[in-house]
This record gives sequence, structure tokens and C-alpha cells, in this order.
Amino acid sequence: MPSEREFWPLKATRDVGDARRAVHAAARSAGFRSADAVRLATAASELGRNAVIHGKGGRMTLERLDEGAGIRLEFRDEGPGIPDIEQALVDGFSSTGSMGFGLGGARRLVHSFQIESGAGEGTRITVVRWRR
Amino acid sequence: MTPRIPILELEGALLVTVQVDLDDQLAVQLEEDLGAALARSSARGIIIDISGLELVDTFLSRILAQIASMSRVLGAEAVLVGMRPAVAVTLVELGMTLDGVSTALDIDRGIARLHALLAESP
Repeated sequence: MPSEREFWPLKATRDVGDARRAVHAAARSAGFRSADAVRLATAASELGRNAVIHGKGGRMTLERLDEGAGIRLEFRDEGPGIPDIEQALVDGFSSTGSMGFGLGGARRLVHSFQIESGAGEGTRITVVRWRR
Repeated sequence: MTPRIPILELEGALLVTVQVDLDDQLAVQLEEDLGAALARSSARGIIIDISGLELVDTFLSRILAQIASMSRVLGAEAVLVGMRPAVAVTLVELGMTLDGVSTALDIDRGIARLHALLAESP
């Protein structure tokens, strides 16, 4: 079976709701346990909002791995990039007055978490969660 | 028109039952609507039932904490009821502890909690 990909726009905060609902539904239909589907959808919500607010918009790519044994999400934006990734992952750090648990918190909800970002190059965050 | 979460007034309390995914705009609207409802009614308590919510992220937890603080500033108390176990576990892993937000397992216990809180306040 070819791996299916879905693309979800992240232009406004209401797109974040659509994207996270799609992630929750995909995880449930792939057989993820309820709490694991919530973990992945919550990570998607944090990362999607990050792309809308800090990245000035972008998109999420949802991909099923190994026929649904895992789900990979990629958040891509063309924003200003994250100047200091280590600092951005520290709980309580925020550049916008939010609580700053978004990125670090999202990392704890997934099995793999990768950030690529450079000043002026946008940000790409890729996460994977496996079914247990 | 912006959709809204209905607020019912019942025996001196405002009751909100969230049955749809609360996106950011809807959550901010609910906070505003609850402030306005507290200001114009004699209700001194708020019960927010989130048993229908499958997800609470950092944004929504911040709004819920703000609703609790705002209620206190307006001389009222808010109790959050019905959080699903999967949501609670995820919130803790996110690092959110909902400090300052009163919670109860279900509406019955929420009403009892609300009465206790209002009895304590001057």
C-alpha cells in the first residue's frame, strides 16, 4: 500500500482545530489507544499553533507509517525561524507571552521529535508517534 | 457570525457544557461571554463541563485558568468538571497543572465543590 499523505493548511488559528481533529481521527482509525491519540493530537495542536503564530502560517503533512503502525506529522512554515532551538524547548520560555510549554510539551507527547530551523529559512518540525 | 457556547443559568450558577472541540476563537469568546454573564446576573458560581472535550492543550488550559481567576476577581468561583482521564494525563505530560483551577469528577461533585467554595468566601 503506498503511504498516504494528507496536507492541512495552517493559515489561521481555526486551521489548528481542523488539523488536530484530523490527527486524532487518523490515530484512532489506525488503532491508537484513546490516550495515545489524544497525546498526538495535542502535540499537533501545539505545533500547528506555533506554525500559525510564530511561523506566519504554513502547513501540516500527515503520513501513516508502516500501514498505520505509526503516524508522522511535519509542520512547515516560512517564518523567521527559531534563533535558539534549545532555549525554545525549555518549559516556560516564550517569545509571545504564552505560557511557553508548547514546544517542550509537544516533544514529551511523541516518540521522535526533530526541528530544523534557521534565521530567515522558516522552521520544519517532524514528529512521530507509534501505536503501542 | 461567531459561534458561541451556550451559558445556562441554574439555581444561582452558570452552567456551561462544552460539546464541541473548543478552538482558540471559541475559547476566547467563552471567556468574554462568562465575564459578561457574571457581571449582569446574580450568579456567583460557574460550572464548566468539559466531559465532551477530547483535547485540552496549553492555550485552552491558559484560558480555563484565566476564567477561574476572572471569576474570583468578580466575587465568584468556577469549577471545571468531567475532564477525561486521557486529557488529564496529557495535560500533566505537557507540564500544565491548572494551578488555581478547582476541579471535580462530575457535575454533582462540581456543584458540591462550588457550594463549599462559596461558603468559604466572604
